[in-house]
Amino acid sequence: MRVEITKSRKNKGINAHICSQNMSDYMTRAPSSNTPGFTVPEPVARPGDTPDFSGLGLNPDTLATRPDPVCPANDTHVLANTLIRVLDDEHCAQGEWNPELSAKQLREGLHLMLKTRLYDERMLKLQRQGKMSFYMKSMGEEAVAVAAGLALQAQDMLFPSYRQQGLLFARDRDMVEMMCHCLSNSRDNLKGRQLPVHYTWKDGNFFSISGNLCTQFPQAVGWAMASAVQGKDAIAASWIGDGTTAEGDFHGACTLASVYNAPVILNVVNNQWAISSFSGIAGSENASFAARGIGYGLATLRVDGNDFLAVFAATKWAAERARSGHGATLIETVTYRADAHSTSDDPGRYRPKEEATAWPLGDPIERLRKHLIALGEWDEKRHEALSEALTKEVLASYKKAESFGTLREGPLSPVPSMFEDVYAEQPWHLRRQRQDLGV
Amino acid sequence: MAEHSKMTMIQAINSAHDVLLERDERTCAFGEDAGYFGGVFGCTQGLQEKYGKTRVFDTPINEAAIVAMAIGMATNGMRPIAEIQFADYIFPGFDQIVSELSRLRYRTAGEFTAPLVLRTPCGGGIYGGQTHSMSPEAFFTHIPGIVVAMPSNPYDAKGLLIAASESDDPVLIFEPKRLYNGPFDGDPHKPALSWSTHEKGNVPTGHYTIPIGKAEIVRKGDALTVVAYGTMVHVALEAARLADIDAEIIDLRTLVPYDMETIAASVNKTGRCVVAHEAPRTGGFGAELIAQIAEDCFYALEAPVKRVTGWDTPYPHAHEWSYFPGQARVTRAMIETLEA
Repeated sequence: MRVEITKSRKNKGINAHICSQNMSDYMTRAPSSNTPGFTVPEPVARPGDTPDFSGLGLNPDTLATRPDPVCPANDTHVLANTLIRVLDDEHCAQGEWNPELSAKQLREGLHLMLKTRLYDERMLKLQRQGKMSFYMKSMGEEAVAVAAGLALQAQDMLFPSYRQQGLLFARDRDMVEMMCHCLSNSRDNLKGRQLPVHYTWKDGNFFSISGNLCTQFPQAVGWAMASAVQGKDAIAASWIGDGTTAEGDFHGACTLASVYNAPVILNVVNNQWAISSFSGIAGSENASFAARGIGYGLATLRVDGNDFLAVFAATKWAAERARSGHGATLIETVTYRADAHSTSDDPGRYRPKEEATAWPLGDPIERLRKHLIALGEWDEKRHEALSEALTKEVLASYKKAESFGTLREGPLSPVPSMFEDVYAEQPWHLRRQRQDLGV
Repeated sequence: MAEHSKMTMIQAINSAHDVLLERDERTCAFGEDAGYFGGVFGCTQGLQEKYGKTRVFDTPINEAAIVAMAIGMATNGMRPIAEIQFADYIFPGFDQIVSELSRLRYRTAGEFTAPLVLRTPCGGGIYGGQTHSMSPEAFFTHIPGIVVAMPSNPYDAKGLLIAASESDDPVLIFEPKRLYNGPFDGDPHKPALSWSTHEKGNVPTGHYTIPIGKAEIVRKGDALTVVAYGTMVHVALEAARLADIDAEIIDLRTLVPYDMETIAASVNKTGRCVVAHEAPRTGGFGAELIAQIAEDCFYALEAPVKRVTGWDTPYPHAHEWSYFPGQARVTRAMIETLEA
């Protein structure tokens, strides 16, 4: 019964930009288990192996075309099996998808991505010091959140998963408030009820993050439908990971978004890993995640998620389409989870340590930095100064946040608050239970 | 004498898988991160390497499909053991459990059965917040047609898992994750305890079973009966010890079908009873136990039967220890029952 893992997919790279070619390549790949009729996919590289991303279709021969945002969904389906890129390997902006951002806008993007990264790094350290129970970084995926956040309007509702803290920075959420939530302290706007990084920010149109997967995807569709019903201009956007596309709620969201022509953007952040499971366990070897939208008749885009300009342009395109009543878009942002899933994870046990640095789409911050330098709008000195200023800002914010307490040392939200918000009014049995606890 | 080894609950569960995979080629094990990685808690670690990828494998993140796939495999001659990564994530699979798994034998008049095991970590005590702390057993004890169990130690965890996999009925096993690496008596300020010095951490390395439907009296006593399961068994034991109360403490082990014979014999002897679980109070499994105790032991009772439970709120993150029904609450309930 014992099955040897084959590595026959090595060097079978997809180098196609046309839908049919790409799909046929997906279909002809060798199975990775030798039991006929039962295949368990296996990543090309495990710990100790050389990272190999040649099979992911990340090097299309030509630049993707940009259809009109109000085109029929069919016209976008070719874009589900290529890769929309703007920043090329020489750090120049190319092609029809170039959003033509000003230097000021580019610098803002760089600023926010760097802020997100430095925030994450600091929070991880503090978690290691026992200041909070848990943390999840977004390293390597900053463009996915920050660029989308900047491309959307403030009125648009965000239904994120747990790795889009960059959206909060893009909407200028107070860093102290974010930290107070993570510390579960007396100033935590969620009263210590949620795990760290499971933010909520109603005033910023940032929905509550659930620990359960994909639940927010069809909720975003519902929110968008309500917006349309009420004649409002606001659209919704949601984010899930590649692994989460396997959940039934993904099907529900895509179906309803298509059936009701809902003004929503459905983002699949394909960061290659769902804890220890590579994207192949969610079926990436047989079809791209963007291509799942084809069967639902949604508009579909597959985007270089580490390319700030491409993510911005794709989001802008999908937002224009949704806002003008032309329906939903499924966007796959191809990126790489450059660090552990969470502070409870040890990726060294299931993937090569060098994978993050070998990732062919590079680092989103580095790429935008080099682009700005190539434009003559940035230099090393300014970058260093920005980095220093942000580090100081993070430290100062933490100092302030800590003055409101930490999970270990307190103060926390008052104990009786744990019985509040279960219902609008506290029923007799909860009142009695609160009294039982003596608070 | 069978060979024994010191095991944590994780190692014992892993060992049960190992025994089953070794003995019975119909056995297979799967779940999210359960294959190559061996599960986020390590319960299936090393087993894919040992038995191959068609017997121990990773699944996509879809709990409904995991349960349904297990049903399909079980109806075609296999003995699947599926891991649901956290009990809090089982609900997408609820329909398959309630509407399909539990009724298959009944609605086909026995033509089709699905002998499979679902395992899932439950309970709080690790600052998991509301999505990694639930004890949702009462949703499942209400379903006719599935066996529901919750072990409290490595020895029972292994024996119950083997019995479950060999049973012809579907079995859902809740594993209190706070007990995975050591017994926990409800005091979060104490240094973590180890299974290596606990008698139930001494586990036979080979095959054995703990009978389904059989409780264990873990402390004999005459003053009152405490019916508990999972983490609360350890909390009750320590509470009784510290308060010097001669409690008879029953570890239920199987919730459905529960061992009413053992409960009734004890309550008829002591005349007083406290039921303890970590799950919320309203509609909790304790309500079922107390109703049956009222029916079967009413004339022997000398005091109202009390419940110690989690509160009727989602499991809060920061106030975990105000939520958890710890020693103080168990002790108070025991004293009130004794003084009633």
